[in-house]
Amino acid sequence: MTDEQIVSDLAVILNEVAGVDQSKVSADKSFLDDLEVDSLSMVEVVMAAEDKFGVKIPDEEVKNLRTVGDAVAFIKKAS
Amino acid sequence: MSRRVVVTGLGALTPIGKNVSETWTNALAGKSGIIKISQPWAEGLAAQIAGLVTVDPFEVLDRVSARRMDRSTQLGVIAVKEAWVDAGSPDINKERLGVFFGTGIGGLTTVLEQYDILNSRGPDRVNPLTVPMIMPNSAAAMVGLEVGARAGVHSPVSACATSAEAIAGALEMIRNNRADIVVAGGTEACVNRLAIAAFASMRALSTKNNEPQIASRPYDIDRDGFVMGEGAGALILEEEEHALKRGVKIYGVVSGAGMSSDGYHIAAPEPEGAGASRAMVAALNDANAKATDVAHVNAHATSTPVGDIAEYKAMKSALGNALDNVVVTATKSMTGHLLGGAGAVESVFTIMGLKEGLIPPTLNLKNQDPEIKINVAKDEPYKLSANANFALNNSFGFGGHNVCIAFSKN
Repeated sequence: MTDEQIVSDLAVILNEVAGVDQSKVSADKSFLDDLEVDSLSMVEVVMAAEDKFGVKIPDEEVKNLRTVGDAVAFIKKAS
Repeated sequence: MSRRVVVTGLGALTPIGKNVSETWTNALAGKSGIIKISQPWAEGLAAQIAGLVTVDPFEVLDRVSARRMDRSTQLGVIAVKEAWVDAGSPDINKERLGVFFGTGIGGLTTVLEQYDILNSRGPDRVNPLTVPMIMPNSAAAMVGLEVGARAGVHSPVSACATSAEAIAGALEMIRNNRADIVVAGGTEACVNRLAIAAFASMRALSTKNNEPQIASRPYDIDRDGFVMGEGAGALILEEEEHALKRGVKIYGVVSGAGMSSDGYHIAAPEPEGAGASRAMVAALNDANAKATDVAHVNAHATSTPVGDIAEYKAMKSALGNALDNVVVTATKSMTGHLLGGAGAVESVFTIMGLKEGLIPPTLNLKNQDPEIKINVAKDEPYKLSANANFALNNSFGFGGHNVCIAFSKN
């Protein structure tokens, strides 16, 4: 799976869960500061991403996932 | 001189209409909102009929907001949005804006969905918003966020008296000068397999499954229980001077409220209606009114054999011979029983009735129970006399909660 595909799939999830405009989602964007995904929504995003990509994202990892790019890197490594 | 409280906005989402206008038109026309539940989940239930809202909340509300609300909250917020716009979307200091909004059952839809997810997919798939979606104050809190209320957000829970108690609370909140505007009302959405099985297990529901439109028949000799409905009602209560300064339309006055408790049984009403009568008398006293002032009562009248008689006895005890000059209606014959939403929706009917001088008919009243000696509006809208100025709305709840709200035209 390419980085672009993962970003695109995450954009769909972020839109569904938190109403984020898909066109604003890119690797450099911060979930909290740029995309305004609060901590409860982030839990939902993680759940949906785990289902979508077939990975497990432990709570202690979630706090390291500051940007979309961080999430892409983790998903690539874990899958 | 106590602060007078008027109604400046109304909202309703009911089995007979997507807003106040449609609900009112259909109420005057005597339309039933009760249908047979055809989905597979209703199979095997003793009661398979209900009054359902036809609006899809996901089409009306912002999609992301909607998915963070239980259905009961969704319906409540939709009714509040209507009422708020109807009141002119008041530009008010939010520290003078309050909310009194309740639900009888709460987020049961979400409880069931998440319990299924817990069992089928495991604890780590339970939605992180489950708690804020199922807590009993969820609808009030979401309404508070919707309007930005900062004077206080309150959520009475008193079963089917809930949203009448919310109006009583809102009235006090303005009288006590804690707020100038309070969004009041309530909501319910628990037409699901568990709630119907549970109410049916109490033998509270009508089982006229093959005749849904005639199942809810308050005061009729053939009544056999209530029909569950879903929906919400909302009223914008406002201090009179504040409303006059804003120059908005005024529907009528919330002139008093009375509350009592039976101290009798967890579900059955006190058979002589003593507690309900005390609530009605308290509402009259609070409004500085006499029994002879009462032109109309929107009764609780759920269509249960015992409840309708107990309420009749309460009316007789509270109003005496003046009851002979009162026209009563039972709008649950059309909407079904909206539980936590009932008091607010029926207050909307009561206010509209006074304002327009027309009382919606009670549906399905073919043979009036001879024990219930009251004048019931039926067949067509009842035209109030021109000097009719005062009406009561009764709401009672499991647990022995009795609430009566008094409204006047001016």
